[in-house]
Amino acid sequence: MTTSLPRRTLLATGAAALITSTVPARASGVAPTPTMRGGANNYRPGAPIVDRIGGGGFLMTGTVLRAGDGAPIPNARIQMWAHTTEGHERDQRSHGATLTDAQGRFQMDMPQIVPAFGQPHGHLAYDAEFDDNGFQTVFLRPIMARASDTTLDVQFVLVPA
Amino acid sequence: MRAALIWMGLAAAVAAPLIAAAFSPLLQWREGVYIASGFAGILGMTLLLVQPLLATGALPLTQSRARRVHRMTGALLLVAVVVHVAGLWITSPPDVIDALSFTSPTPFSVWGVIAMWAVFAAALMAALRKRLPLRPMTWRQMHVALALIIAGGTIAHALLIQGTMEVVTKYALSLLVALAAIRVALHIRWRPR
Repeated sequence: MTTSLPRRTLLATGAAALITSTVPARASGVAPTPTMRGGANNYRPGAPIVDRIGGGGFLMTGTVLRAGDGAPIPNARIQMWAHTTEGHERDQRSHGATLTDAQGRFQMDMPQIVPAFGQPHGHLAYDAEFDDNGFQTVFLRPIMARASDTTLDVQFVLVPA
Repeated sequence: MRAALIWMGLAAAVAAPLIAAAFSPLLQWREGVYIASGFAGILGMTLLLVQPLLATGALPLTQSRARRVHRMTGALLLVAVVVHVAGLWITSPPDVIDALSFTSPTPFSVWGVIAMWAVFAAALMAALRKRLPLRPMTWRQMHVALALIIAGGTIAHALLIQGTMEVVTKYALSLLVALAAIRVALHIRWRPR
C-alpha cells in the first residue's frame, strides 16, 4: 500500500502532463462536426439552389468552416429541409439549397418549422457529391429549443476529403 | 347507479385525451395518414387503461364477460399499434427504420418500439394460450410482466414526445395508466403459496 502510493502519484502526474500537453494543441484547432443520427432522413440529393423555400417566415442561418484552422469555406452548397407549415419532410417543396458567402455564412428564408416525429427539428446537408470544395459529407439534424422559435443557427466544421 | 358512474368515468378518461388532441394546432400541417397514425397511438394508450381494469374485475361486468371484452380490447390495441407504426412508416420511412433498428436520434422512439414488441408478445401469448405449455399462474405472470413493460414504455414514449397530445390530458392519462398497471401488478400472485 505504501509502495503503491508513489506509483499512483507518478501515474497521475504523468496523466496530468499528457492532458496539459494535448489539450492546448486541440483547443487551437476547430473540431469537425460529426454527422448526426437521422440527419440524412428524407434528403433529396441535388435539390436546387433557391432564393427562398415556399413563403418563408423562418430564418435558417449557419456558418461553414474548415476543421483545424477554422477558416470560412465560401461557395459551399448547403441543402436544408424540414416539416414545416407548408409540407412534410419528404415533399420536394420542403427542400432547397444555397451557397455560403465569402465569410462562409449562409441563410435561408423558409416556412415555419413545426414539431414532427416528436421534436421541432431541421435537417441540413453538405454533400460532397454536389459540391466542388472537396470536403467530406456531413448531415445535421438540429433541434429547436422551443417550437415557437423562428430562427435556427447551425455550424458545419468540415474535413477535407 | 355505481355501475353507471364507473362507465361514465372510464368513458371520460378515454375520450378526453382524444378530444383534446383533436384541437392540436399541429393537425393543420399534417396529412391524413400522419394524423390517423397519431390518433391510433393515443387510442392505443387509452386502451392501456381499460385492459388492466377488465383483467382485475374493476369494471361492473361478469367475469366471463370481462374476459371476452379484454380479448376484444386486446385485439383492438394490436390493430391500433399496427396502424400507428404503418402510418408513421408511410409518412417518413427512414425515421421508422431508425426507430425499429434502435438507431433513432430521438430517445422516445426506443420506448415506443419496446412497448410495441411487448404488445405483439402479449397478443401472441393470448392467441396461443391453450397451446402453450405453461401453467395458468405462469402464463398470467408473463402476460402481466409484458403489460407492465407496455404501460411503462408507452408512458415514457408519450411524455417525451412533442406531438398532438394536449399536455394536461397526456399527464392525466399517463397517471391513470400507471395506476391501472400497479393495480394489476398487485392483483396477481407472483409466488406460489
